[in-house]
Amino acid sequence: MVKSDPTSAPKPRFTLPRRSVTSALLGTTAFWLTQPSAGISRALAREAATAPYSPQFFTAAEYAFLMAATERLFPKDHNGPGATELGVPEFIDRQMQTPYGVGDNWYMSAPFQEGPANLGYQLPLVPRALYRQGIASLERYTHQQYGKNFAALPAPTQDIILTALEGGSLQLESIPGRTFFEQLRTNTLEGAFSDPLYGGNHNLGGWLMLGFPGARADFMDWVNQEGTAYPLPPVSLSGQTA
Amino acid sequence: MNTKNADAIIVGAGWAGTIMAKELTEAGLSVIVLERGKEHTTAIEGAYPDSIDELRGAIRKRLFQNLAKTTVTIRNTVDQTALPYRQLAAFLPGEGVGGAGLHWSGVHFRADPNDLRLRSAMEERYGKNFIPKDMHLQDYGVTYEELEPFFDKAEKVFGTSGTAYTVKGKVIGDGNVFAPDRSSDFPLPAMNDTFSAATFRKAAHDAGYHPYSLPAANASQPYTNPYGCQMGPCNFCGYCSGYDCYLYSKASPNVNILPALRQDKRFTLISNAHVLRVDLDGSKTKATGVTYLDTTTQRETSLKADLVILSAFQFHNVHLMLLSGIGKPYDPVKNTGTIGRNFVYQTITTSRVWLPENNYTNQFIGAGGVGVAIDDFNSMNFDHGPLGFVGGSPVWVNQAGVKPIAAAVGTGGHGTPRWGKGYKDALVDTYKHSLAIDAHGSNMAYRDVYLDLDPTWKDAYGLPLLRMTFTWKDNDIRMNQYVVNKIAPIARAMGATKVSLNHLEFGQPFDTRHYQTTHLGGGAIMGDNPQTSALNRYLQSWDVSNVFVIGSNAFPQGMGYNPTGTVAALAYWSAHHIRTTYLKSPGPMVQA
Ligand SMILES: Cc1cc2nc3c(=O)[nH]c(=O)nc-3n(C[C@H](O)[C@H](O)[C@H](O)COP(=O)(O)OP(=O)(O)OC[C@H]3O[C@@H](n4cnc5c(N)ncnc54)[C@H](O)[C@@H]3O)c2cc1C
Ligand code: SF4
Repeated sequence: MVKSDPTSAPKPRFTLPRRSVTSALLGTTAFWLTQPSAGISRALAREAATAPYSPQFFTAAEYAFLMAATERLFPKDHNGPGATELGVPEFIDRQMQTPYGVGDNWYMSAPFQEGPANLGYQLPLVPRALYRQGIASLERYTHQQYGKNFAALPAPTQDIILTALEGGSLQLESIPGRTFFEQLRTNTLEGAFSDPLYGGNHNLGGWLMLGFPGARADFMDWVNQEGTAYPLPPVSLSGQTA
Repeated sequence: MNTKNADAIIVGAGWAGTIMAKELTEAGLSVIVLERGKEHTTAIEGAYPDSIDELRGAIRKRLFQNLAKTTVTIRNTVDQTALPYRQLAAFLPGEGVGGAGLHWSGVHFRADPNDLRLRSAMEERYGKNFIPKDMHLQDYGVTYEELEPFFDKAEKVFGTSGTAYTVKGKVIGDGNVFAPDRSSDFPLPAMNDTFSAATFRKAAHDAGYHPYSLPAANASQPYTNPYGCQMGPCNFCGYCSGYDCYLYSKASPNVNILPALRQDKRFTLISNAHVLRVDLDGSKTKATGVTYLDTTTQRETSLKADLVILSAFQFHNVHLMLLSGIGKPYDPVKNTGTIGRNFVYQTITTSRVWLPENNYTNQFIGAGGVGVAIDDFNSMNFDHGPLGFVGGSPVWVNQAGVKPIAAAVGTGGHGTPRWGKGYKDALVDTYKHSLAIDAHGSNMAYRDVYLDLDPTWKDAYGLPLLRMTFTWKDNDIRMNQYVVNKIAPIARAMGATKVSLNHLEFGQPFDTRHYQTTHLGGGAIMGDNPQTSALNRYLQSWDVSNVFVIGSNAFPQGMGYNPTGTVAALAYWSAHHIRTTYLKSPGPMVQA
């Protein structure tokens, strides 16, 4: 018997008979014209447009930090949308509700002892705790220094704080600033570029930026086209297209 | 009364374990394979599209070892406290049926003949004094000529695609001019070059080197192997490395061996069975069986068998030997004992070349084993005399399919922004127009680089974790720097607009936080002397003769090539001698 994988994906918001997705995607662009998937992408687009996400793990104040900080890390620019437009904060909140949020495949046995950085992560904190304690500590710091929440600060000041975290000159009580920064940066980029199934990469905006075709996964005809860009737009696991 | 549960018990259902199971059932033995992880089949977990999900796959580590249950501790030097490897990064061991053989990439090499007898070959050419005193340079105790039929067999089972240079002494194709002679051609023609590989091929050729197609266990055509297992042609989807191939195109135990084994009544596979130890009799020279924990019921069971095969992957094999008291643990101070000795890895550094903006490298297109390499600086193919180091590296473009999260996380640093303003420009430019060139090299063995049991940390079963004492040494850093410098003229010939050459640095210790390779080796090595090797040339324990230990643990030093082709050949070699010699009269096959 096949048991479900504890690290597996959250349930898609809808299900399709697997075979129809498979055969459709293994075909060519004609797929986009077929009924079920076109319906789905419309439904998805509608859902994204109408339902503002309300965080389940993060408090409103924490979520405001996340919105502000992730947008500084991955800002909207001429290349395309930034973190908030892509749904990165929503992605991170959803991830906190998966086994990843509690560090399910991390070795978390005591004793915990700090050592040289190159020997890797040694804190007794799983992602949920890193965010909870890290954000709280950072907000105490910004209040002390600037009398305001991080989200209320002007962008250049936010960048100064993020730079200090990245460089390690700002310690968040028991959490090295660098550790918190890398957690946030990594999760931000995951949210920008993972399948929209997980709540980020809205409208496949992350993949469009990179020219990554998503779940097409069949490049027989483009192994070597002398350096010409791959021509087809991205498609998600559920059949959403851009 | 015979109360044994099977003739042979095999620990681990990866490449080594399934090859041994196939060979031993063919010999008429009843075989139980115990695998600590769960079942994995292409039709279910490997199916499209769920299996090609980067977040759930390589990022959240769907197919890799769950460190919450067991891990290792790591330190760089003997005077440090080793700390647990708490998050997967530097290397990604497998777990579950197929082992890392399910989520490997598929670069499928035969060992270079000199690499199998590197001490002898180096001494013959450069004299005894050339080899540094603290370097435990050793021969395998088996030659290429002896292994050739088994390299050949493994390629036919894996359905390997490649271009040969010589077969039976005759040049038959434009393969690797440094490659040893073969008894037959590759079972499938080489995979096509991606644009980036084709560009490298031309530039390397123009720079005076000898480019060749990487031998790939990715099927270039439909294929049926000698076991009747079928593969479909690879479509360059780019989801080999870290994933299970949905098209049955990448060789894996699950696709190439298990479908045949599962039909054999003599074969039993028990998943979710974590082996805790090999049970020995009072004399400590004979194994009676193994004890495992059913991780779903938490029940411990002891099984009895005449023969025990450890094929749990390199460092798990060493761990099980240490936990079971097989052989004498290595002591780096006294330089005695063999279990844990000669622990080695693979040097690897990735340099990056940016092409003009009208060139799209489409890095998401690729396959794990494909690419173009040069061996001009590998093994003993160049003059080490004036260079003063041992070892070498192939250099290659192996575009395995770069995913967006991995690319995004990896972009920046060395003066390029890692976030905020300018970061996205760098990311988009790098993703669309660059390509990677690896120097994938050897790693020598040293007296103070080894494996033993950790004094502090325990696994979920209450057993001490394995401790790795490992860092990069000057010999290997010099080698890496020398080879990386050879990339510059190739990059220029490619028409690069920008090049970032990356190499190991003196004084920079092994860093557990960044993926390098899962090509760990040694720790229970083969050889011809029981004082300096754990296993004889048939991979039989010198100390407990009914235990065979199959895996890259047998490598006395790390070679420039990827290990699995040699692991598979050693498995077939060992099995052949078990079948033809050992079973007729069980006992030590080489007198100590
Ligand atoms: C991402 C990636 C890419 C790679 N690419 C390449 C490549 O291109 N070329 C190449 O040559 N090599 C490559 N490798 C390495 C390759 O995967 C290994 O060399 C190969 O799988 C080793 O085979 P094995 O049978 O020794 O071990 P594995 O395939 O790892 O199998 C060992 C099995 O034993 C099980 N086990 C461990 N401990 C126990 C226990 N106590 N009880 C029961 N079962 C246990 C494990 O769960 C596992 O299933 C790659 C590895 C990775 C991770
Ligand atoms: S690239 Fe080829 S071999 Fe690799 S997963 Fe895709 S189809 Fe399979």
